[in-house]
Amino acid sequence: MAKILEMKHITKQFPGVLANDDVNLSVEQGEVHTLLGENGAGKSTLMNILCGLYHPTSGEIWLEGQKVRFSSAKDAMNRGIGMVHQHFMLIPSLTVVENCLIGAKSKSVVKLDLAGAAQKLSALAEEYNMNLDPMARVEDLSVGACQRAEIIKALFRGAKILILDEPTAVLTPQETDELFNMVRKLTNSGFTVLFISHKLNEVKEISNSITILRQGRSVDTVKNEDLSVNELARLMVGREVDMTVTRHETDQSKAMLTVSHLTLGHPSGNRLLNDVSFEVHKGEIFGIAGVDGNGQSELVECLTGLRKATSGTAVYKDLDLAKSSTREIMKKGVSHVPQDRQKSGLILSMNLAENMILQDYYQPEFGKGPMLNWKYINEYTDKLLKDFQVKAPSRFELAQNLSGGNQQKVIIAREVSREPGLLIAMHPTRGVDVGAIEYIHKRIVEERDAGRAVLLVSTELEEVLKLSDRVAVMYEGEIMGVVRPKEVTVEEMGLMMGGQRREAPQAAG
Amino acid sequence: MQQFDKVKFRNNMSLAARQIAISALAVIAALAISMIVVAAMGVNPAKAMSKMISGALGGKSAVAETLVKMTPLLFTGMSYALANRCGLTNIGMEGQLYIGALTATIAGVYIQGLPMVIHLPLTMLAGFLGGGIWGGVVGVLKVKFGANEIITTVMLNTVATNLVQYMVTGPITEPPGDDAQSSPLLDSATLPTILKGTRAHLGILIALLFVVAFYLFLWKSKKGYEIRVSGQNPDAAIYSGINTGRNIMIVMLLAGGLAGLAGATEVMGVQGRLFPTVSPGYGFDGIAVSLIGANTAPGIVAGAFLFGILRAGGNSMQRATGVPVAIISVIQAIVILMVVATGFLREGGFRKKKTSQKAA
Repeated sequence: MAKILEMKHITKQFPGVLANDDVNLSVEQGEVHTLLGENGAGKSTLMNILCGLYHPTSGEIWLEGQKVRFSSAKDAMNRGIGMVHQHFMLIPSLTVVENCLIGAKSKSVVKLDLAGAAQKLSALAEEYNMNLDPMARVEDLSVGACQRAEIIKALFRGAKILILDEPTAVLTPQETDELFNMVRKLTNSGFTVLFISHKLNEVKEISNSITILRQGRSVDTVKNEDLSVNELARLMVGREVDMTVTRHETDQSKAMLTVSHLTLGHPSGNRLLNDVSFEVHKGEIFGIAGVDGNGQSELVECLTGLRKATSGTAVYKDLDLAKSSTREIMKKGVSHVPQDRQKSGLILSMNLAENMILQDYYQPEFGKGPMLNWKYINEYTDKLLKDFQVKAPSRFELAQNLSGGNQQKVIIAREVSREPGLLIAMHPTRGVDVGAIEYIHKRIVEERDAGRAVLLVSTELEEVLKLSDRVAVMYEGEIMGVVRPKEVTVEEMGLMMGGQRREAPQAAG
Repeated sequence: MQQFDKVKFRNNMSLAARQIAISALAVIAALAISMIVVAAMGVNPAKAMSKMISGALGGKSAVAETLVKMTPLLFTGMSYALANRCGLTNIGMEGQLYIGALTATIAGVYIQGLPMVIHLPLTMLAGFLGGGIWGGVVGVLKVKFGANEIITTVMLNTVATNLVQYMVTGPITEPPGDDAQSSPLLDSATLPTILKGTRAHLGILIALLFVVAFYLFLWKSKKGYEIRVSGQNPDAAIYSGINTGRNIMIVMLLAGGLAGLAGATEVMGVQGRLFPTVSPGYGFDGIAVSLIGANTAPGIVAGAFLFGILRAGGNSMQRATGVPVAIISVIQAIVILMVVATGFLREGGFRKKKTSQKAA
């Protein structure tokens, strides 16, 4: 097969960061070529260079045997490179066809050929088995359909090389299967797909060849069949990874959090949470799985006082969390690892000591009366930074200068050191490197082993299944069922994530 | 994996140095541009400049005059900085200053028969409360009704200046009422001078004491920590259960009170009675003072000193060269633009954002 794309010796220097360092990528026509690497390995930078958003500091791009230089995204698009971004670039209030026409060449200056374009889109959708109505408004589409709209937009504009940036992050296992079928169909008809991912199983399933990036450098390019998942993991991380967790037997007889009939209404009449009931026991990790945006955030907000539930209760000790303020809840011994560490978990422009006391600064421990005892706070911070292996030059470092994994460790340190009775952790490993994931998982399981109740909310199915004693699946604000990870297959989980109910087992006695 | 951005790290280590450089450059650029304006008016910029400096620093009475101008600027600078630390933009210092001057005058004129040790603090307290209520109203409007504090403070400025105008020509005018002014403050409510034969008064020392309190409050107290968290990341404040609404009201009350003290010390130390124009714009100068000082205690002292020089020297410059004092407003406006622009480039700059993502 012919080489359709070659990127040679690409280097991209940002002020202070070498994002790509002599990266080589060689892609054959009609293959699925995966860029595999951890967060921050330089995958997105490389793809942004390819689609014309960045200029490389040095290096060459060869397309179909010709050396090219893109001065803009439009330039790259005209040469047949289409990118589907992780965060969709669609305008919600417009229809699919209108979105496709934005920036596209039009024959007439005056009139938009909506009907013609819609026809063309329908034909494309049919050809590649995509279920998509060109006249539907984007805001009415599901996440999967938005993704199809993005793909079809790229095809409509004449893309021959399709870049998919972490496309499965927002999909259920079934939707992922559909996507992969579509990808296979596309490559069979001669399209080339560049697939960006860090999920090894998916990479293994769909790729022909794999280029591994690590710390901005291309480590190797291999054929899929030549390497096992473990070998890929080792190449990606650069060392052996032990992703198994050991857990001890715990006494799970006592319920710490009892949520019953929790309901959260919305002015539009929809119910963001509908009659949610479950129990989290001492010494148990209770997982909540589901595709993003199915009520998980709202549930956690209701349990931490950030939102008031319309009805129902959530009793922890003798406090109804659903009717209490955040401060009351935290005082009672609930810890909360928030879903977005940068938005609410940290004050990025403050230093680590100031971040470390965010939950407990008002306690006498950190200063008598109205004043803070900085000497004690500094010692306390140093101790936690050490205990939780946070890599930072000192406690005076601003939180914004830490890597994602270390930022998350600061939050974990702060929340876990409060010795909570209930730990609510939402997406605790989202966007952090493998080393930090390993560590954070270990800490969460340690909390469980120490007899605390842990509520773990994550969209990473693998994570939830690995860590949890029991898992509830949420779909459109309702719990589809509670299962034990050992007694369920990924397919069954997928069905529940797509809205199918299942009977619940009881907690172990 | 764990890669530190060395450039950013180094930058943060010298954050203070960078801030000083930014402020200094802003001031130098502003002075340079205003000197071009002076030259365009046909005056030799070097002469204008030297008149300004000798008027502000040449000799005992000149320095005393600078200290006099510095006093209200310290208060209004702190007022803006305190609100800004909580994420609020207080444009209403001028109005708060007027009300503070009004309430201090009422306390200083009409409460009689008290010894100075009681009357003087009481008069200052009256000024603090007057300005505090004027600012606190803004906080309440914002928290209870979501009213934008920039708009409400600006509107209350007009209300305050007209209220003072009305009061000194009506209810508290000096009998028989020929002039638009109040009766003089009692001696027991007058700030004593600290340099013989000059106008420099105790207010400057009080203001510097407040700067120390301002520092201790924001950086050493729990409430100050809450306020800074609310200002830097409101989402994190809510996440940790901080009552952000209550803090906004407290901060606006305190910020208004500080600006009120600027008005109080003016009538108690300089003017001796209330005139319809208490302030030549000290309230607005406070914005520039605080921006130059990057909302820090030493920075505010430096900023107030600088604008004190401009205000004190500006008068001699006007007398000697005919360049109107209004040139100070030009300098002030350019300083604000410069500091805001550098702040924008530093924090919201496009390139920086990308690199911070890469470093994550």
